[in-house]
Amino acid sequence: MIQVSEKCVGCGKCVSTCPFGALSLVNRKAVPNASCTMCGACVSVCPVKALSLPAQGAVKKDLSAYKGVWAFIEITDDGKSQKVRPVGFELLTKGRELADQLGEELAAVVIGDGVEKYFAELSSYGADKIYSVSSPAYHDYNTLAYTNAMVTLIKKYNPSVVLFPSTYIGRDLSPRISAELFVGLTADCTGLSIADGLLIQTRPAFGGNIMADIKCPDYRPQMSTVRPNVFKKVVTRPGSMAQVVSEVIGVPAQAGKVRIMSKYFDEVGAQEKLDEAEVVIAGGRGMKDAAGFGLLGQLAEQLGGAVGASRAAIDLGLLPKEKQVGQSGVTVAAKLYIACGISGAVQHIVGMEHSDVIIGVNKDANAPIFNVCKYGFVGDARQLLPKVVDAIKRAKAK
Amino acid sequence: MNIIVCIKQVPDSTQVKVDPKTGTLIRAGVPSILNPYDHYALEKALAIKARTGAKVTVLSMGPNQAVAVLRLALALGADEGVLLSDRAFAGSDTWATAYALATAVKKIGQYDLILCGQMAIDGDTAQTGPEMAYHLNIPQITFCDSVDSDGQRVVVKKLIEGGHQMMEADLPVLITTTMPVDYVAKYPSFMAAHKAQDKQIFIWTAADIGADVHKLGLEGSPTRVSRIFPPPARQKGEMISGSAEEMAAKFVEILKKESFVK
Repeated sequence: MIQVSEKCVGCGKCVSTCPFGALSLVNRKAVPNASCTMCGACVSVCPVKALSLPAQGAVKKDLSAYKGVWAFIEITDDGKSQKVRPVGFELLTKGRELADQLGEELAAVVIGDGVEKYFAELSSYGADKIYSVSSPAYHDYNTLAYTNAMVTLIKKYNPSVVLFPSTYIGRDLSPRISAELFVGLTADCTGLSIADGLLIQTRPAFGGNIMADIKCPDYRPQMSTVRPNVFKKVVTRPGSMAQVVSEVIGVPAQAGKVRIMSKYFDEVGAQEKLDEAEVVIAGGRGMKDAAGFGLLGQLAEQLGGAVGASRAAIDLGLLPKEKQVGQSGVTVAAKLYIACGISGAVQHIVGMEHSDVIIGVNKDANAPIFNVCKYGFVGDARQLLPKVVDAIKRAKAK
Repeated sequence: MNIIVCIKQVPDSTQVKVDPKTGTLIRAGVPSILNPYDHYALEKALAIKARTGAKVTVLSMGPNQAVAVLRLALALGADEGVLLSDRAFAGSDTWATAYALATAVKKIGQYDLILCGQMAIDGDTAQTGPEMAYHLNIPQITFCDSVDSDGQRVVVKKLIEGGHQMMEADLPVLITTTMPVDYVAKYPSFMAAHKAQDKQIFIWTAADIGADVHKLGLEGSPTRVSRIFPPPARQKGEMISGSAEEMAAKFVEILKKESFVK
């Protein structure tokens, strides 16, 4: 349980901060109860620093030996060819910022088959160095082969920060590495920054209704995963070339215990790909039923957009899970995002807030969705959308 | 064949609300459920049991009331339950949780297949399964929506970017499961629940599983929450109200102004 020192003045700030209702005031002193999960939320709000967590750090390392920010570059395969998945450039762009603040190097780490062809582009996104492990043995992603390669590199070069994409591959690989190295890993960060030389990892917490800053003061490297489209990609060093460090690392025998038998790729039009769509029309619980979602489809057709949904609508079975926009679904960065009948839980907001123009339609004028909207329409989307579709058709006909 | 399914009791996140005044969560009165991904993993294990006669053990970590999800699993057809419950586990992040669960799996001893839901809906990290696989020194396949085994090897359909792949693995292996879109969780009949009351649930402490206390709870958790805060307030945009006709006209005017309708 959280420790309360004599300094406690009984102000009660911690009581209202505790996400678990685990603190109460007894005789004007904060007292934790059994619900305390030692999350530490109260420690930072205490004005007299009376609250503390028990000591951390089973393994004390010399942290000064760890330098450099790394971005793991995922190679994506559509069944025909391979290329760098764009989230890698997003990680490099954010990594450049972090490396500059730390006064350290930024490195791209790329494992695959014939990865040399990616070096120029990776350099243009700000990498000072590229660590490459290239061999036909790495053509397909394999958990144990890639884990072994990454662990070998990290142990040899000691980076202070390693960023991974929060993708099927990144989410399979990064926890395996963190377990082996006994280091922290924070999933699906929506913000990354540096304070006092430490990586501050921001993410929605406790079911996505509130934000948390997470750090790993006593362990290196500090590792995070980030969803595609959370950070922007910017070419910061056009025409420059990073220093390439090529390593030859063998594949452990155990990797052969898991085998790919066959691969299938969905035939999906670019229009339907939520994460790449320029226009997204999303619906929530307020769209009520399939007829309501039909209206979204009509609007999407007029605007050339993809249809997505909030978690609430997915839970109602109105669209398949892969159409979910939000922390536990797809993150989108559309040019136009129209949220219909979506109240705007944090878990949804973090999945769409980086869109350029956001329009909200909701019956409740106080719905949190309006806090991120450039334009907010107060009304029932089911009434409004048919009229909007007609009006667009008329406008186009002119 | 021996299957271990890792399950977690979670608050029904669809019912958690935020107090608008304090920005903190209102957890009181929120019901606890079996994490839906774990529920699906359990049903997959029970389907394998039906075909091969495998023994299914369910394993959870949490406060004593988490016995409820083990009881549910036993009523659905699992054979035995284990709950790790000890103050020493409190404050565990995914690293320490995976260490504790893997240590318990080693104590259970016999296992060919470990199934975990891909993530818990109250944390959404998807980290504990792969971290456990490391501690057990066995391979893993994550994000699978079908799992089958003949007792010698396992065949899965695993989601990948833009599609899926069929994979096979030698046993032992750890598989994490996603959920198909149309998945509806099954619940036991009253009779099944009644009959399962005789099945055994073991409650183990950190000492029972012989865990290194330095790798549990806060001490074994590299991550630290340093601050909890409500999402930053933003500038509200232009608000529009009126009749549906008026708003539709304004809507199209905005789409034109922003160049989405020409």
